[in-house]
Amino acid sequence: MIYQLNADVKNFGDTISELSGVDINTCYQCGKCTAGCPVVMEMSHTPNQIIRLIQLGLKEEVLNSLTPWLCASCETCTTRCPKEVDIAKIMDTLRILAIKEGYKRKERNVVAFNEIFLDSIKNNGRLQETQLAMFYNLKTMNFFKDIILGHKLFKKGKISLSGDKIKGTEAVKAIFERSKGFLDKGER
Amino acid sequence: MAYGYYPGCSSHGTAAEYDISTKKVCIKLGIQLEEVEDWNCCGASPAHATSEELSLALPLRNLALAEKQGLDSIMSTCSACYNRLKVAHEMVKKSPETLRRISEVAGEQYNKTLKVTHFLDFLCEEIGMEKLKEKVVKPLTDLKAVPYYGCLLTRPPEYISIDPDPENPTIMDAVIEALGAEAPDWSHKTECCGASLALSRTDIVVRLSGEILKAARFAFADCIVVACPLCYANLDMRQSQIASRHGVDYSLPILFISELIGIALGMSSEELGLDKHMISAANLLAEKGLL
Repeated sequence: MIYQLNADVKNFGDTISELSGVDINTCYQCGKCTAGCPVVMEMSHTPNQIIRLIQLGLKEEVLNSLTPWLCASCETCTTRCPKEVDIAKIMDTLRILAIKEGYKRKERNVVAFNEIFLDSIKNNGRLQETQLAMFYNLKTMNFFKDIILGHKLFKKGKISLSGDKIKGTEAVKAIFERSKGFLDKGER
Repeated sequence: MAYGYYPGCSSHGTAAEYDISTKKVCIKLGIQLEEVEDWNCCGASPAHATSEELSLALPLRNLALAEKQGLDSIMSTCSACYNRLKVAHEMVKKSPETLRRISEVAGEQYNKTLKVTHFLDFLCEEIGMEKLKEKVVKPLTDLKAVPYYGCLLTRPPEYISIDPDPENPTIMDAVIEALGAEAPDWSHKTECCGASLALSRTDIVVRLSGEILKAARFAFADCIVVACPLCYANLDMRQSQIASRHGVDYSLPILFISELIGIALGMSSEELGLDKHMISAANLLAEKGLL
């Protein structure tokens, strides 16, 4: 593949370093992050490739990559990096930036899961697991996903239709409102 | 003084038995737990994938509530909750600017006075292995129990410190051995089960968790011991899916560390909520004379 380096090479790397608080320029491509990554075989770019692409300022390539959405946030990369590059943190920054800038959602189900999960917290103060699974199935049109498992859990009394709701839901809602976020759902 | 307890959302759902057995075990060990009133969800991975402020302010509200309640410590049983609470605590401790910014978002003042622990380091510090050994009435002799730590219990080591070695932790091994069981060395102690992708990319979770089950079999384990509801969900609740995908019937019971302790302290399966498991431990426990 031919990559076109653009004029704001520096700017994109700087933006990521600034948003994440991680200095990506110290990466010397040893590949330890990739060697330890449990999800790497599903990714479109390996973690070390993502770091290199950021260094080269290839914003489009990076923000259109599947990789940040498949990262399981297990922190193995961050733990093992000899140069203390917090790669897991960078993956968070990339997810946030991709949504904020309206990039086409990759791994739509991952994004849907995150949104439904956070909606449940916003509305109830706590995660209602049953609600999460049901809304997720509806949103992703996977109506029968885990239905047998759900039935078994229901019989064991582990899940129910009524979940926890805290007294301070308004306080939690306010936290969502005040979070500088990238909680908007636009797509370009 | 009572020890602060943060159960986390799964404890009222898919990991009900973790909550039940933790409380029972603490009573038996003479520690009084006090639940943080009106606690909210820690935000888990969806929060940090969405907004840094949100991912720190949600746990910070819990820390502040615990302080207000007069507690000086907060213990979580879930690795993810513990991770989020501890990271928030450490980050605001490190930087006054972060503390100011996140307190503003959280709408609460946190004075950084809490001790933030997970059930495992709480056990080591509050009880100690010697005392735990003394309390054992039914030693788990002959039981090979592999400790599974997963990812968030030891990582990132910059903030998370229940064990000095993030790659080969032994804190849970020590608990298992104190109970009289064997904790064999094995390859997948700190591999990831894929937790955050449980619903969205179940195929990945089935593969990763399948590898963990396979590795446990290689170590001739009778059961896997976990200290996190998410590890449990993937290894126990999805085990039959994994088994049919791999064409292998693992039938490997997954036990919470609190349940294992409860059994050794002489509690019954019903008391500990063992009947709630998808993969029953009844046969294993009967075989080992532990019922």
